[in-house]
Amino acid sequence: MKITAKLLLSTTAFMLAGAIPAAAAWQPQKPIEFVATAGPGGGTDNLARAVQGIVTKYKLTDQPVVVVNKGGGSGAEGYVYGKASAGDPYKVIFGTSNAWQQPLVSKVAFNYTDLTPIAAMAQDEFLLWVKQDAPFKTAGDFLKAAAATEFKMGGAQSKDTDEVLTRMIEKAARVKFTYIPFKSGAEAAVQLAGGHIDAHVNNPSESLGQWRGSTQRPLCAFSPKRLPKGPKVTATEGWSDVPTCVEQGLAISQYEQPRTVWLPGKVSAEQAAFYVDLMKKVQATSEWKDYIEKTSQVDTFLTGAAFDDFIKQDLEHVKQVAGEQGWLVK
Amino acid sequence: MENLQSLLHGFTIAVTVPHLTLMVIGVLLGILVGVLPGLGAPNGVSLLLPLTFGMQPVSAIILLSSMYWGALFGGSVTSILFNIPGEPSSVATTFDGYPMARDGRPTTALATAFGSAAFGALVGVILITFLASWVAQVALAFGPPEYFAVYFLAFASFVGMGGAAPIKTVVALAIGFAIAAIGIDTVSGSVRLTMGIDELVKGVSFVVAVMGLFGIGELLIAVEEEFHARAVSSRVDWKEVFRALGRLPHHGIALLRSAAIGCWMGITPGGPTAASFMSYGIAKRFSRNGARFGSGEAEGIIAPETADHAAGTSALLPMLSLGIPGSATAAVMMGGLMIWGLNPGPMLFVDQKDFVWGLIASMYVGNIVAVVLVLLTVPVFAALMRIPFAVIAPLIVIICVVGAYSVSNSYLDVVLMLGFGVVGYLFKKLHYPLAPLVLAIVIGDKAEDAFRQAMLMSKGSLGIFFANRLVTTLVLAGMALLLLPLVLQIVRLLRKPDEAAHEKVRII
Repeated sequence: MKITAKLLLSTTAFMLAGAIPAAAAWQPQKPIEFVATAGPGGGTDNLARAVQGIVTKYKLTDQPVVVVNKGGGSGAEGYVYGKASAGDPYKVIFGTSNAWQQPLVSKVAFNYTDLTPIAAMAQDEFLLWVKQDAPFKTAGDFLKAAAATEFKMGGAQSKDTDEVLTRMIEKAARVKFTYIPFKSGAEAAVQLAGGHIDAHVNNPSESLGQWRGSTQRPLCAFSPKRLPKGPKVTATEGWSDVPTCVEQGLAISQYEQPRTVWLPGKVSAEQAAFYVDLMKKVQATSEWKDYIEKTSQVDTFLTGAAFDDFIKQDLEHVKQVAGEQGWLVK
Repeated sequence: MENLQSLLHGFTIAVTVPHLTLMVIGVLLGILVGVLPGLGAPNGVSLLLPLTFGMQPVSAIILLSSMYWGALFGGSVTSILFNIPGEPSSVATTFDGYPMARDGRPTTALATAFGSAAFGALVGVILITFLASWVAQVALAFGPPEYFAVYFLAFASFVGMGGAAPIKTVVALAIGFAIAAIGIDTVSGSVRLTMGIDELVKGVSFVVAVMGLFGIGELLIAVEEEFHARAVSSRVDWKEVFRALGRLPHHGIALLRSAAIGCWMGITPGGPTAASFMSYGIAKRFSRNGARFGSGEAEGIIAPETADHAAGTSALLPMLSLGIPGSATAAVMMGGLMIWGLNPGPMLFVDQKDFVWGLIASMYVGNIVAVVLVLLTVPVFAALMRIPFAVIAPLIVIICVVGAYSVSNSYLDVVLMLGFGVVGYLFKKLHYPLAPLVLAIVIGDKAEDAFRQAMLMSKGSLGIFFANRLVTTLVLAGMALLLLPLVLQIVRLLRKPDEAAHEKVRII
C-alpha cells in the first residue's frame, strides 16, 4: 500500500516537474522558512500554512518547511526581515500588496524593490457591505443617502487597501466618509453587525459568516464581472448573485488584493525559478483548489513580467490616491 | 432546556476514546508550551494547527482547545516558581504566587492556583452553555467608545487601588504607554518611536518586556540581597495539595467575584490579561487581607487565576458566535476554523450543532482532564524549588534569553529583554510599581486605538463616552474606582492626620 502511494506521489511529482524542466537547476540544501507578514490566524498566515501543508504532503521538496509569523507593524516586520536576509534563498516571504503600498505612505525601512518577486497566487475580492436591516437595497440607494449625511466607514488598518478603496468610492460618487481604522476586517465586520459603523469593504471571507448569519449583506462587488458561481451562502443567494458595483452605478470596475510571495533580494535567477516552480506545483493540487474555495478567493497566478506589470499598475493607482489624500511620505 | 439536550448530545461526541486521548495529548503539550517561556498558548496552537488540517473539525478543535487549557495552567507554573510569567495573563499571579513559593510553600501556591483556575474555567463553560445566545448579543453592543470604557475600567481598578505613591504609579503608567506606542500606529498608519532601529517597527513584544522586568529584574535584586542564596526546603507533601484545595471554599466570595469579572471581561472582550489584573486590583481593595497582598496571600493568587481562566474560557464564545476573538489564542483557533471550512459567526450554532456542542462538552471534560494532570505535576514542579540558587540563577538567565529569542528569532529582542531587566531592577530599588507598567504595555495600545476610533466617530467630542447607558455606566464605574482611594485617603487624613502621614508606602 505504502509503496504504491509513494510511487503515485513521486510519479505525480515527476510529471509536474517534467512540465517545467528548468526546475532541476537549483535545489534547497537546508530547511526553508516561510515568513508570514501577518499574525497567526490572518489571511496571509493561512496562505503560508496552506502552502506549507501542500508542500509537505506532496514532498515537493526534500527539505522541511517551517512557518514563522512576523506580522508586527502591519507586516513591515516581515518585509524588513526579508530585506535584512538579502542573498538568502531559504526565506520565503508571504504578503499582500502591502509590500509596495506601505512604503508609499509610511516611513518603513524597506521597499518592494529590496525583495525578489516570485508570484501573486490568489486575489481577494472586495465588496461593499451594509448592516442587514439598513434601508438601502442597492449601492445607488446607499450613495444617495451618503450624499446627505456623512457615513462612518470601517476597515482594516490605516492608509491600506481598505482606506484606499474607501477614498476611491468617495471620489467616484462625490461623497464624504469618516474612515475608522480597525486592526482587522473581522473587527470591522463585528462593528458593522453592532451598528457602530455604516459600512465596510471587507473581502468575502472576512464577512462570510456574518452574511450567512443575517447580520450584514453585500450591496455590490468591485469586480469587472460577477463573482464565480459557488455554493449558496444564504438560503437564497450566493456570491454570483451580488451585482457588480458598475452595474449599480458606482464606477469602480476593479479592485483586488493579491496574495504575494517574495524571496529576499540578491538571490540568483535559478533560486527564484525554483520557488516559482514550487508555487506552480502547489497550485496544481486539489488541496489548493479546496483552500481557494473555502476562503472565497480567486485563483490567479502572476509571475515574471506579468507580476511586475501588475505591481506597476497598482503602484501608479495607489500613488494617485495617496497623493490626493496627502499621504505620501517624503 | 434545549441547551441541556444539545449539551448531552455534545457529551456523546466528546466522551469517546479517540477524543479523550486527544484531550490528554493536547493538555500535556499545552502544559509543556505553557511552562516554556516565550512559547505560550498562541504559538503552541499555531504550531499544532497544520497537523489538524486532515482531521474532523470537532476533533481538531478538541485537540487545540485542550492544548489551550494546558497552556493556561502551565503558564502559571513559571509565574509562581520563578517569577517569570509564561503568558501575559499570568503576570498578576506572580504578585502573590511568587512570594508564597519563596516562602517555602510552592505546593500550596500551585495547588491554590490550579484549583481556583479550574473553578474559573468551570464558571466560564457554564455561562457559555446557558447564555450563549444572550452573550452574543451583549458583545455586539460594544463599539470603540465602549471598548475604551472597558479598558479604562481595567486601568482604574488597578491604578486606583493604592499601594505605591500615586505619582509613581502615574510615571510607571506613562512609561508603559510610551513603550506600547512603539511601532506602527493603527489609526494613522505611521511609524512611531523606532529611534532609528528598523526592526522596532514590529513594536515591543510583551513577553520580552515581562521576562526582563520580572525574571531578570528579580534575579538582580536577589543577587544583591543574597536573600535567595539558600534553597527553599519545601517538603513535597501530597496532603498539602488537598489541604490547599480544601481551603478554597473559605474564599468563596473572592472566587465568585473573580469568576464574574473574568466572564465579563472575556465576553466584552477585554481579554484574560485585563481580567486578571482587574480582578487582582479589586480583590486587593475589597479583601479583608488586602493589606497583606503582595506578600504571599492566598486570595492574591485566587483572584487573578480564577478571572484569567473564566475569561479565557468565555472568550471562545464571541469567537464562535461573532467571529471576534477574545484572546490571541482564540484568534489562531479562528484561523483554524476557516481552514477546516467552518465560518465563525451567528450561523455556526445553527449549521454546525455537532461541532459547537461537541466543543462545549469537551470544555467540561478537557478542563477536568487538565486539572487532574496538572495537580499530578505539582510535586515535580515544587521540587524544582529545592534546587540551590547558584544553580537556578543561571538557568533563569538561560530561560529568559532563549525565551526572548524564540518570540520572533530576533537578537534585538534579547538585548531588549536584558534592558528591561535593568529597568525592572531600578523600579524595584526606587519603589516604583511594576504592575501599572506591565498593564500599560499590554493594553495601552488597544486603549489608545479605541479612544482615537471613538474620537474619529464623534469628530472629537468627548460626549460619545456618555452617549448611551452602557458606556456611561462603564465610564462612571471607572471614575468611581479611580477616585475612591483618593476620597478615602482625604477622609482618613482629616480624621487622623498623624497616623496617615506615617503610613508606610507599600509597593506591589
